[in-house]
This record gives sequence, structure tokens and C-alpha cells, in this order.
Amino acid sequence: MFKNKVNIELDSISCNEAFARMATVAFLAPLDPTIDELSDIKTAVSEAITNCIIHGYDNCYGKIYMNMKLENNKFTVEIIDNGIGIENIDKAMEPMYTTKEEEDRSGMGFCFMEAFMDELVVKSKKNEGTTIIMSKYINVEGE
Amino acid sequence: MKYQTNFKVMGRTLLIELNSELDHHNSEFIRKKADNIIDANVIKNIILDFDKVSFMDSSGIGVIMGRYKKIIFNKGKIVVININKSIDRILRMSGLYRLVERCDDLDMAIDKLEERVK
Repeated sequence: MFKNKVNIELDSISCNEAFARMATVAFLAPLDPTIDELSDIKTAVSEAITNCIIHGYDNCYGKIYMNMKLENNKFTVEIIDNGIGIENIDKAMEPMYTTKEEEDRSGMGFCFMEAFMDELVVKSKKNEGTTIIMSKYINVEGE
Repeated sequence: MKYQTNFKVMGRTLLIELNSELDHHNSEFIRKKADNIIDANVIKNIILDFDKVSFMDSSGIGVIMGRYKKIIFNKGKIVVININKSIDRILRMSGLYRLVERCDDLDMAIDKLEERVK
């Protein structure tokens, strides 16, 4: 069984969104994913990291933990912040719902994570932080 | 990277030639710069050229929705051009084609906008 694990700690600044996407692409390279699979995962990771920065830490300084795991063809990524947490997860996951309309947020972040990944778990506690766990099976079409 | 995005004013139409990954980081600059130009030039229509955009997430959707809310007051229109497969999927999933029109290229977009004037 092929296994790999990489844990990254990021400052909550917006230039790290691109870094997180690129790290994901590099991590997945041994599996030779399709362009569509890569694009799906990059979008989902980008949404989760952006949420940590603008919602979790409200554009202030904090640490984001990104733990990636491969088990055979299953890719799992945990994205964790110790920020303000989500009061109502169901509400937050509704399409077009956003608490930051003035910053031109579309409210589509969780929808994209849900649509582009095979599994999505959201855990959150007020004033303690949020953990997102997402998984996707790679190269399913090729089998 | 974000500074390579070109903004061209053509009468009351603003052409934005996007030239970066359209994420939260780059969106901040683009929306502020676009708003300044829209206000200063009484822009009515916006053409967004995605030819050099390799990536877009929900931040990009927010940029388009925000500009739409601005120009709708002038009865303006937003046209998106050179849309690749992955960006098309994001636009479709977010229901954005109800607000913006898609054209193949710049010539078609200009034709589309001029038809409305006639």
C-alpha cells in the first residue's frame, strides 16, 4: 500500500493560498492525477485556506495547519485554524450565504468544497477554531 | 503577478485582461482597481478576458458579482470571454450565467454590447 503524509504550518496571509495549492499539486504528483482532478482539489483547498484567513482569523494573524495524507489512491487533507469558529455550520454551508458581503465574498466556498471533493467533514467550536477534512479518490476513471 | 492585469477603457466599456490566478489574494487588487476605474469613467459595460487565467475559486465569483451590482445601476452588462473548461464549470455551478454573458472572444463581446445600443 502506498502511503505518504505531509504536514505544513502556514501564516494566515493571502499569498499562502497559492502556496497551499502548489503544495497540494506537488504532493499529488506521484499519483499522476488528471487535470480535472487537480483542478477540483486545488479549488477546494483554496476555499478552505481562504476561509481560515478571512473568517477564522478575520484577516488578522494566526496559524493554519494543513495536513495531507495519501493512502493508495485516496487523498485526504485536513485544514485547521484556531480562529473564531463557525456558529452555525449548516447556515455557513448554504449556497450564497456569507457574513462578508461587503468584502465581495460570494458565499460559494463550502459548495465548491462539497462539489469537488468526495467527502467533506466540518468541525467547529466557537472561539476555538475550525477543522475541515476533505477526501478525494484519485484516478478513479482510469481503473 | 497581480499587477500584470491590464485595464483598458474603451468609451464606457472597461476591458479587464486578467493575468493571474483569480483567488482571494489577487481579487483584492483587481476589485479595488476596477471600482476606481468604473467610478472615474462612468463605466457601463465590463468585458472580462479569462484567456490567461489558469485558476479561479469563489473569490473570483465574488469579484464578478460585486462589479455586476455596481454597473447594473447604469443598465450595464458584463461579458466574459475566453473561458476554459474548469472556469466554465465554476461559473455554471455558481449560477453566474444568469448575470453575465459568455462570448468566445473580444470581437464577439464588442458586437454583443453594441447590439444593445442600436
